[in-house]
Amino acid sequence: MSNSKKQYWKGLEQLSNDPGFVEYANKEFPEYLPINENKEGAESAPSSRRDFLKMMGFSVAAASLAACEAPVRKAIPYLNKPEEIDPGIPNYYASTYAQGGDYCSIVIKTREGRPIKVEGNKLSKVTYGGVSAQVEASVLSLYDQERLRGPYAAGAATDWATLDQEVISKLSASQNIRIVSNTVMSPTTYKVGAEFMAKFPNAKPVTYDAQSAHGILQANQLSFGKATIPAYDFSKAEVIVSLAADFLGTWIAPTVYAHQYAKRRKLGGGKKSMSRHYQFESNLSLTGSNADYRTPVKPSQQGLIAAALYNKVAAKAGAASMNVSSIDVPFLDKAANSLWEARGKSLVVSGSNDTNVQVAVNAINDLLGNYGSTVDLDRPVNFRKGNDADMSEFIEEVSSGRVDAVIFYNCNPIYDHPQGVLLQAELEKVGLKISTSGRMDETATLCDYVAPDHHYLESWNDAEPQQGQYSLCQPGITPLFDTRQAQSSALVWCGASETDYFNFLQNNWRTSFFPNSGAPDFETFWHQSLFDGVVEMNTPSKELGEAPEIAADSTDIAPAAVMAGGFSADLSAVARALGAGYNAESAETELVIYQKVGLGTGEQANNPWLQELPDPISKAVWDNYLTVSQKFARENGLKIEEDRTSRVNLTVGGQTVNVPVMIQPGQAHGTVGLALGYGRAKAGRVANNIGVNAFPLVTVTGGIPHYEATSGVSIEVTKEKHRIARTQTHETYMGRETIIQEALLSEYQENEHAGEFAPKIATWKGPEEKVAPHKISLWKHHQDEYVNHHWGMAIDLNSCTGCAACTIACQVENNIPVVGKDEILTRREMHWIRIDRYYSSVGVNNYSELEVASENPEVTFQPMMCQHCNNAPCETVCPVAATTHSTEGLNQMAYNRCIGTRYCANNCPFKVRRFNWFKYHDNTQFAENTSMSNTLGRMVLNPDVTVRSRGVMEKCTMCVQRIQAGKLVAKKEKRRPTDGDIDTACATACPTQAITFGDLNDTDSQISKLLKIEHHDDHKTVQEPRAYTVLQELNVDPNVFYLRKIRNKEVDNA
Amino acid sequence: MAYYICGSLKDLSASMIKSKNFMFATQRSAYLSIITFVFSFFILTSAWAQSDTTDVESTDQPTTEAATSQGGISSDPAVITAGEALFQGNCRACHAVNQKLVGPALAGIYDRQDMDWIKAFVKNSQAMIASGDEYSVALYEEYNNTMMTSFNFSDEEIESIIAYVKFEAENAAAAAETPEGVPEDGTTTTATGPSKYLTAVIVGLVVVLLLILIVLFLILGFLTKFLKERKDDLDEADREMIDQKFDFGKLTRNPAFIGIVAFIFGIFVVKAVLDGLYQVGIQQGYAPKQPIAFSHKLHAGQYEIDCNYCHTGVRKSKSANIPSANICMNCHGQIKTESPEIQKIYAAIEENTPIEWVRVHNLPDLAYFNHAQHVAVGNQECESCHGEIKEMEVVEQFAPLTMGWCINCHKETNINTKGNAYYDNLVELHSQHSKEPLKVEDLGGLECAKCHY
Repeated sequence: MSNSKKQYWKGLEQLSNDPGFVEYANKEFPEYLPINENKEGAESAPSSRRDFLKMMGFSVAAASLAACEAPVRKAIPYLNKPEEIDPGIPNYYASTYAQGGDYCSIVIKTREGRPIKVEGNKLSKVTYGGVSAQVEASVLSLYDQERLRGPYAAGAATDWATLDQEVISKLSASQNIRIVSNTVMSPTTYKVGAEFMAKFPNAKPVTYDAQSAHGILQANQLSFGKATIPAYDFSKAEVIVSLAADFLGTWIAPTVYAHQYAKRRKLGGGKKSMSRHYQFESNLSLTGSNADYRTPVKPSQQGLIAAALYNKVAAKAGAASMNVSSIDVPFLDKAANSLWEARGKSLVVSGSNDTNVQVAVNAINDLLGNYGSTVDLDRPVNFRKGNDADMSEFIEEVSSGRVDAVIFYNCNPIYDHPQGVLLQAELEKVGLKISTSGRMDETATLCDYVAPDHHYLESWNDAEPQQGQYSLCQPGITPLFDTRQAQSSALVWCGASETDYFNFLQNNWRTSFFPNSGAPDFETFWHQSLFDGVVEMNTPSKELGEAPEIAADSTDIAPAAVMAGGFSADLSAVARALGAGYNAESAETELVIYQKVGLGTGEQANNPWLQELPDPISKAVWDNYLTVSQKFARENGLKIEEDRTSRVNLTVGGQTVNVPVMIQPGQAHGTVGLALGYGRAKAGRVANNIGVNAFPLVTVTGGIPHYEATSGVSIEVTKEKHRIARTQTHETYMGRETIIQEALLSEYQENEHAGEFAPKIATWKGPEEKVAPHKISLWKHHQDEYVNHHWGMAIDLNSCTGCAACTIACQVENNIPVVGKDEILTRREMHWIRIDRYYSSVGVNNYSELEVASENPEVTFQPMMCQHCNNAPCETVCPVAATTHSTEGLNQMAYNRCIGTRYCANNCPFKVRRFNWFKYHDNTQFAENTSMSNTLGRMVLNPDVTVRSRGVMEKCTMCVQRIQAGKLVAKKEKRRPTDGDIDTACATACPTQAITFGDLNDTDSQISKLLKIEHHDDHKTVQEPRAYTVLQELNVDPNVFYLRKIRNKEVDNA
Repeated sequence: MAYYICGSLKDLSASMIKSKNFMFATQRSAYLSIITFVFSFFILTSAWAQSDTTDVESTDQPTTEAATSQGGISSDPAVITAGEALFQGNCRACHAVNQKLVGPALAGIYDRQDMDWIKAFVKNSQAMIASGDEYSVALYEEYNNTMMTSFNFSDEEIESIIAYVKFEAENAAAAAETPEGVPEDGTTTTATGPSKYLTAVIVGLVVVLLLILIVLFLILGFLTKFLKERKDDLDEADREMIDQKFDFGKLTRNPAFIGIVAFIFGIFVVKAVLDGLYQVGIQQGYAPKQPIAFSHKLHAGQYEIDCNYCHTGVRKSKSANIPSANICMNCHGQIKTESPEIQKIYAAIEENTPIEWVRVHNLPDLAYFNHAQHVAVGNQECESCHGEIKEMEVVEQFAPLTMGWCINCHKETNINTKGNAYYDNLVELHSQHSKEPLKVEDLGGLECAKCHY
């Protein structure tokens, strides 16, 4: 984009003109052409002519034999067809995804009684219909072959009766029983726990979370007397300051926060204001890449930054300042000024697990008067309830042999607790170890008994994600295996009169919630709640309503007298602690342990969809790696050429791991980052031995895990090489800058067309006589043919956070295979929708200048899929007319017609067409493609979409199966489809509603209004000033429109 | 024809020029041919014209006088139509209006019992019998202790069914009185369209042409004989021709002839191979033996059970659904319980093993077909694709199920736009530039992604 003097680049290779990159960039196809399996081997002699003839002869004979007799196919109807199931028609059930502390209200789409897709529940007042990549992918975990198929005792299969009998007798003989779990949000499960503990008074619950939020809980205990996580409302915040909290990607409830965040940042329809977002962090996180101002800082500075921010705000507010050493980092003053200007409508959050930092953050929010507006303590959320002090105490008790029995309720501390290694060594001291894990994970393998729980899609349950907001979880399928709901197991073991959890749940709802609901009778209340999936009541449940006391054991802050609702904490103690614990100028290398958007803490690691989901920032798949700054790489002679990188030995506090290196722009100098969730030993075939486990590197001080190591980190470069598979620099746009358009908010407020790029094309009349590209065309445009529907899509780059939920949603909906790391290395990924991540540097004109800015680039995400061009270049080059244009504006792809010349992919300017190099289904060589390679996994496939075979091209169809289904429903009801009847998988999944799909012919549709479509005699024009199409100069006339990205920055910093 | 008898092709041109008489003969035969064709054309056109007129007649529906309202039973045609649909979908399996089947004939039910009783019985006959209602118990015993399935109809729905029953009963009575005997469905049925005439015309043509051939041979023989008698008047060349004998040996040595024969043979071989290849994967006429000898002829043909009754998905889903065993049990819980074929269903239920039917219609996975679109929206008859299913003892594949067959239908079929607001605007737009009705292909019915995705 020459008018804004910005250069966009997709990776360091492009920047440094890496030879490997240049070589690929100049090729039309980046893939290796030979498809011989042993392409690496030198001996692979080409097939001889004789072999060819032999093969030909055989194929002809085989084909004619095969053609002689069609196989007999069976049609097997139900014996007794359930009334609500009609084969061929999907049923939808509202339910709840609650794994650990992650929550999402969902709708399960089932076909013939099996869940095939998870979508967001738009009725939820917590998640507002959004989903994350993990929630979308969870449906495949249901069909994981490595789920346990029945109970186990001492590593051997057993039956429930035997297990129950032995467990009950052993439990009765035990003195000290501990029930270890992650955050439990279900009030009825608490009630089950209470019954259990009534029977076994020596039982005690221990809760921890793989991603701990203990610091926040403790800070709120100290500040307000309530160990809760308040409900943040990013939609009310005009200024957001985040101290390393990745609230759009992985911090506490990203789906919820992303929805709120985008709501404030959407423009158009008269709204010309948006929030301003400052981020101070070490790793380039998803949140940081969306920030308006981002400052790379070291973890050792975090505490001082929080204090400095407090002091700056306090100076304006006239409050006492904290006595700490000063620190100066870019944009800190600016952030303080912005916050003060927007006091009462601003929000400061921190991702630190240090109570002192969180107390300081509370103090800032208190000074700014944010409590009651953007931070709601009265209706706190229950997303994280883990008490690390309890957990540390538990591990100590285990070590000293004071625990007789332990039940691990759906948790895996051996893997995902920082002291897991210690626990593993000491666990044999516990007499009775029971796990309810659905798979033989690291913890379950060490247990005497495994009483596998149902998958959540097979379970009944409830949840209270936020006080007063309830939701029900109902099964979408009969349990596949001989598993039993963990709550039922507990009820059986404690000898309860009601052991069926469904009845127990219903009874609890009858007695606890129905009286407050105002419904006429219980049946109505129950059915309505089940139908909606969510209920809002003003009364918190007894079980989760009262926050447990958290002892302030790791800090010397004396809890001040708690005033009613007011902030009170001993800030001078906080200042002392921050001054002692943090350092403005540390020379040490520091490690930040973070989570990736796809895998999180690794609970669903055996899900190949998540393993193959490109990380939004690094675009790497199937790996974790040490992210290092460019400066560090230069100093240590590290290079990453295409995908070849070095491995290093990372030593933290005496523990050493061998990891590959990834050079990451935006990484704070002097820091390195490593992702959690990898290095599983017992997750299953897909995940085992991929990457390294970062949990043991988490520093535990005073029993509290800190995800930063500020000292004792050393890195030793080894000679070992490693290949990281990335989708990053594939299929580059070669510096065509008409793809991303952006403007500053102030420019936009003045002129809505700010940042517009309107290319002109030279004509035969000479260089002066340039015209707009759409004025000249070889093609007769299709638009006048669209009499019925004209499908289109608008993507708001201002709302897209790059969270990749759409990528997984598309993969589930359209039966897209997983190809594995090796194939990605040869650049054969299959995702139909990819999220392009562009780094940009400001005010530079050549590559060498760019390099300076690349230490902290601006980031833009752009979802890219088939643009459904009206003048589609792919259609004209297909020799067999396998890709054609429909009368509804779609670019269609007929797989059975395709002969695989790949001319279309060659001619596509967006590089969105995907070629099936292999038969990915039913193929042992693609065993990781579990949704197609085994019969159980295949149950997840969408029966309305063809599973493509080898040798054909495929691409985004704009979910034509959904379009056809929606049209049919309308026709059957003798009406036109209304807006919202038909939506693509990506648009449905988007937590920020960045993607809008609809009929451009329908004047009432949301997309028509968004794009301000104007109808003329034979064509339509888009009047929305922010709307543009990519590569306009080619006049391919796409049906996918992008809305320009607006940054809330000031001009002098641009 | 006449040319051919003259001898080898080589001599043809020369002899034609030289022989005046021969020219005469050919001229005559030409006249004959013309007459023949005029004649055959006449037959053909009259046949078509006839079929046209019958078509027009068949669409002419006789109007029925509205029945007078009596005893609160509606005579509103809309109610009767609604009742008919419900009757066909739910009652027909066991009841007829004027005939005893599994259950009693329904004609006159409104006279025998009051409406409240009927409603109560339809909704829960078991309760009625249990309550000791005299008439119900008597019915139960009369029909071999067969319990009627309970139907969850609304009162209005039951009233509409009764309205339909009454309408039908009165109609039948009226029909019996009319001496001409208007058929029950009120249409003059015509024997199947023009195809029958076409066969007759072709047979006629062949006969006529054969006759002409014989006549021509006779004329030729007569002329040759005549010329032979007057051999002396002819010049050398003509005489030679008359004396000529047909030489097969010479013909087989003629390269042009061999070439033509080889060419024609080659064409036939290629055609046969291509036809054979086109038949690969086409299973038209496929009629596999099923695990249970279910007869559509009996159920759909003789008992006229509506297709919807068993194939429950046909109007709402992509799949028409092979009925589950519980649907069979609606009737066969009581009927023909001793039959060995029915015993197989009982066995399946007892052993909890589903019945594995052999699939007759196998569309490839790459093609998407939706029954609801064609039946509910497009208003297509089941028979258009499944053939005379009511005549089939064993179901066979009637249609070739090839893409060409699909496409052809999409090209020819008018969209069922009537009363469907989806199409209103499209019909209007279409009528602005075309007089033809809106066809499937006009709305993208030939596009790839309508069936392939």
